[in-house]
Amino acid sequence: MLALDVQQLTKTYTGGFEALRGIDLSVEEGDFFALLGPNGAGKSTFIGIISSLVNKSGGGVRVFGHDLDRDPEGVKSCIGLVPQEFNFNLFLPVIEVVINQAGYYGIPRREARVCAERCLRQLDLWDRRHTEMRRLSGGLKRRLMIARALVHAPRLLILDEPTAGVDIEIRRSMWGFLRELNAEGTTIILTTHYLEEAESLCRNIAIINHGEIVERSSLGALLDKLHTETFVLNLKGRVSELPELGGFVLQALDDCTLEVEMNRDHTINGLFEALSRNGIEVISLRNKQNRLERLFLDLVERPGTAREVAA
Amino acid sequence: MSEAARWRRYGVTFSTILVKEVLRFSRIWVQTVLPSVVTTTLYFVIFGRLIGERIGPMDGFDYLDFIVPGLVLMGVITNAYSNVVSSFYSSKFSRYIEELLVSPAPHWIILAGYVAGGVARGLVVGMAVMAVALFFTDMQVHSLTVTLLMLLLTATLFSLGGFINAIYANSFDDISIVPTFVLTPLTYLGGVFYSIELLSPFWQGLSMANPVLYMVNAFRYGLLGVSDIPLWMAFGMVGLFILVLGAYSLHLLRTGVGVKS
Repeated sequence: MLALDVQQLTKTYTGGFEALRGIDLSVEEGDFFALLGPNGAGKSTFIGIISSLVNKSGGGVRVFGHDLDRDPEGVKSCIGLVPQEFNFNLFLPVIEVVINQAGYYGIPRREARVCAERCLRQLDLWDRRHTEMRRLSGGLKRRLMIARALVHAPRLLILDEPTAGVDIEIRRSMWGFLRELNAEGTTIILTTHYLEEAESLCRNIAIINHGEIVERSSLGALLDKLHTETFVLNLKGRVSELPELGGFVLQALDDCTLEVEMNRDHTINGLFEALSRNGIEVISLRNKQNRLERLFLDLVERPGTAREVAA
Repeated sequence: MSEAARWRRYGVTFSTILVKEVLRFSRIWVQTVLPSVVTTTLYFVIFGRLIGERIGPMDGFDYLDFIVPGLVLMGVITNAYSNVVSSFYSSKFSRYIEELLVSPAPHWIILAGYVAGGVARGLVVGMAVMAVALFFTDMQVHSLTVTLLMLLLTATLFSLGGFINAIYANSFDDISIVPTFVLTPLTYLGGVFYSIELLSPFWQGLSMANPVLYMVNAFRYGLLGVSDIPLWMAFGMVGLFILVLGAYSLHLLRTGVGVKS
């Protein structure tokens, strides 16, 4: 079953700006899906329409078979939204924010307390339940946004840059939590600027630019489109002259650091063997650039050239 | 979902909004309830005791007794309006209105919840002002039904007014303009302190265009049994205004004016 099915979705804001230009996109139930795009590409508008915060100009949206035009209550019942910006009543205690949200979804107060406790414990916020929102740190507020979105146990969780501005430790713990949630059956759609996050979490991906989907595939298939990959090698000794290695393009960054570009026909083993034959020992290596980041830049900087990247 | 379950869910959503609103103004009662009580106490002392004794009777009642219904209603009007306009605008300003917009709460439940919150504050203040009035006069109730019904309808009407104001407001200045330049003049010129029979025919005719006049007079009838306006006309006008503002508020919510892009 499709968790999300969007057909020819358009949005033109007052003033004529076309934020979405006929988007077709579907997300399977149980998927962990990334929606990527540069600032102003239309990601937040897209999410806003699905979650009923933005009026669409045209097209159709179905969530788990519920049509947004005919059955908005059905659509909204299936969705939990973690928006990009904080949207709390800052003077309410944490527990009340979550209980109120449950109430808006029609969960009676006694049951809402139980749901709120479950969600707050899952996100390590239970000890802070009586703290007023304004006294929470940015990271805690981010976690609370997730707890609030989960209180009615949505089938589809939409996260609009959920880890923006949080430190690495919290980000990693949120990733772990989201993986568990997805493993338990919740479909997740994620927008993020951290491409490492998308690569680490998501199975399928769409890239949106100028209000259009410029790429839609599985993460694996997308990464397969990378024709070459570039590594940075830290060497044990100094290299005065670069050796000729067939199939590898070498460039010295300094005496002890090499940058190697290799195409997909070659292997890391082959590279090491070639280096060893030339007396070069490697201490460590790393990707020069996140693989997804490179694809992303290729796609959004040269729209309509996705096929060139693949070629 | 069965119809019964759907209505149960609506009931929970409505009560959640109402409880949230009541807790909001209760927590800050010094800012929400107390000022009206202090202001009307001053009105009772100055206009009722000090000046009122020189004015003499009006419509057959002591001046103090005459102004009690208007002062109670003034508290109800300003507080019902202020509660909804400030609460809903704050939720827009801080964007936590999105909590409701993403939920399956239908628009009429959202509207009903906020209006009920405004009515609750209006009634609390109305009761508080009445309690203060008991220190200055022997309050009588001519018709409990008319009194309560008009309190309720007035609070509902001005809660709807506050809601529409909040929808259109783009800044905190915008939520104080209407109370200052529209609501206060309408209330003061709505027969709170005088009978319109004291006015010349021209000003009497002009006063008839003021909806507050109908409410004050109907409420005065409920307490004292006298009114410048026929009761049916007062209830008819207030009911009509509620229908129009209610329908317009729902239209605004449905189209997303002020709350959606």
